[in-house]
Amino acid sequence: MKSVSIRNMGKMKHLVAVLAVALFTIAGAQAQGTAAANAPASVTAQSPDALVLTLSNDVLDAIKKDKTLQSGDLTRLNALVDEKILPYVNFEKMTQLAVGRGWRQASPEQRQRLTKEFRALLVRTYSGAVSTVKDHQVQMRPFRAQPTDTDVLVRTQVVPSRGDAIQLDYRLEKSDASWKIYDVSVLGVWLVENYKSQFASEVTQNGVDGLIKALTDRNRQLETATRKS
Amino acid sequence: MRLGHASMMRFLRVTALAAVVALTGACATIPPTAGSNPVDPLERYNRHVSEFNDRVDRALLKPVAQAYADYVPSPVRECVGNIFSNIADVPNALNNLLQGKPAAAVSDICRVVINTTVGVLGCFDVASKAGLEKSEEDFGQTLGRWGSGPGPYFVWPFLGPSTIRDSVGRVVGFYTDPLDYVDPVRTRNSLWATRLIDTRASLFPAEKVIEGAALDKYQFIRDAYLQRRRSLIYDGNPPRERDPEDEPEQKPASAPDQPNAVPGR
Repeated sequence: MKSVSIRNMGKMKHLVAVLAVALFTIAGAQAQGTAAANAPASVTAQSPDALVLTLSNDVLDAIKKDKTLQSGDLTRLNALVDEKILPYVNFEKMTQLAVGRGWRQASPEQRQRLTKEFRALLVRTYSGAVSTVKDHQVQMRPFRAQPTDTDVLVRTQVVPSRGDAIQLDYRLEKSDASWKIYDVSVLGVWLVENYKSQFASEVTQNGVDGLIKALTDRNRQLETATRKS
Repeated sequence: MRLGHASMMRFLRVTALAAVVALTGACATIPPTAGSNPVDPLERYNRHVSEFNDRVDRALLKPVAQAYADYVPSPVRECVGNIFSNIADVPNALNNLLQGKPAAAVSDICRVVINTTVGVLGCFDVASKAGLEKSEEDFGQTLGRWGSGPGPYFVWPFLGPSTIRDSVGRVVGFYTDPLDYVDPVRTRNSLWATRLIDTRASLFPAEKVIEGAALDKYQFIRDAYLQRRRSLIYDGNPPRERDPEDEPEQKPASAPDQPNAVPGR
């Protein structure tokens, strides 16, 4: 009897693996290799859909080749994210949208902490799913945008060797000359949207500091859990 | 769903056990903001039922599903999953037709034919490799296509998340579920139980992520469910809903000289 809603949620198992891919695409992981040094400049000069394709393939390649990443090594993952992430994703905008009204009340210091903790939560949570994306392939879906657009939707799908394709979409915003990702959706579930209610509840009950604390506590909890395993 | 007498007794016994399990713990803690979200006016009720469902799940369904995942080899589980997926293509076809998508309906029927014959009763998903994309449709989505809004979020005991519209869809879905027409009753119930366990086992990886990623598991699941349903109705391409609170802060704090209210408008 649970079939309908669980079947719909049943694809959540793919949500895990694919969100990991998305996260590292967002992280802008560049494959180790010859082009690595020059990559940032040439990549950010591309159109948004080309950017997403390049990043997705690079991330998948990096994961396929690196055993430590596949086993979910958190230090390696964080290093990758720290090195490569900033040019390609706008974590601040992502956090701002997720926090909503509370953001306006927050001081620059609080905003910084929120961004930092939210990013840590995402990396920490989805890193465990990295090992499952070994044999996935990325396909681009038709990209419709005007050349003058500054906010676009890039649609892709991730195809595992066995099983159904998973829809994976990105929202990018143009700031100065470069495009940055600020939201990602897996199977139609947008990341920012999915955190809005939780963040709003926390801010309403305990203020911005309460939200920072909740995120920090959760991160600490996850870190102890990873250390034990 | 039609249950024979023996199965009915078993069902009642299970329900009684579940009720005892659930009542041995307190109900969910309800945050003070409950009910303030317009999509979820029934939040207090929903949280209690979700807590109940969680307990039943932990006590009954999850251990069985865990055993299934641990002891049944992966290719066998994949075959089982594919067989049920094949069966589900029949209501998929029907709903695609009702939504005015005849091409997709025909594709679904081709999938059933190919997978049942070449794919050995659906064990192997040959049709997907042949390029026939899998649909995911149900009567709740059909109602959405026909213009019905979702109605409040509503969690059913045992059955889980839903909305008023999707609940109506689910009831209709019972009549279009091929498993419902299997005789004798014992076989039907065994098949139904296997499908349930198989689906539950497939949720384990996602569950781990939700435990870590969600600050509030109830809200996380609710919002993911609602987004997913909306996306399914539009077949992956829902129109964007702009949140008025998302207005970007382009202007720096020191620009009060640009009043945004035009008097007289």
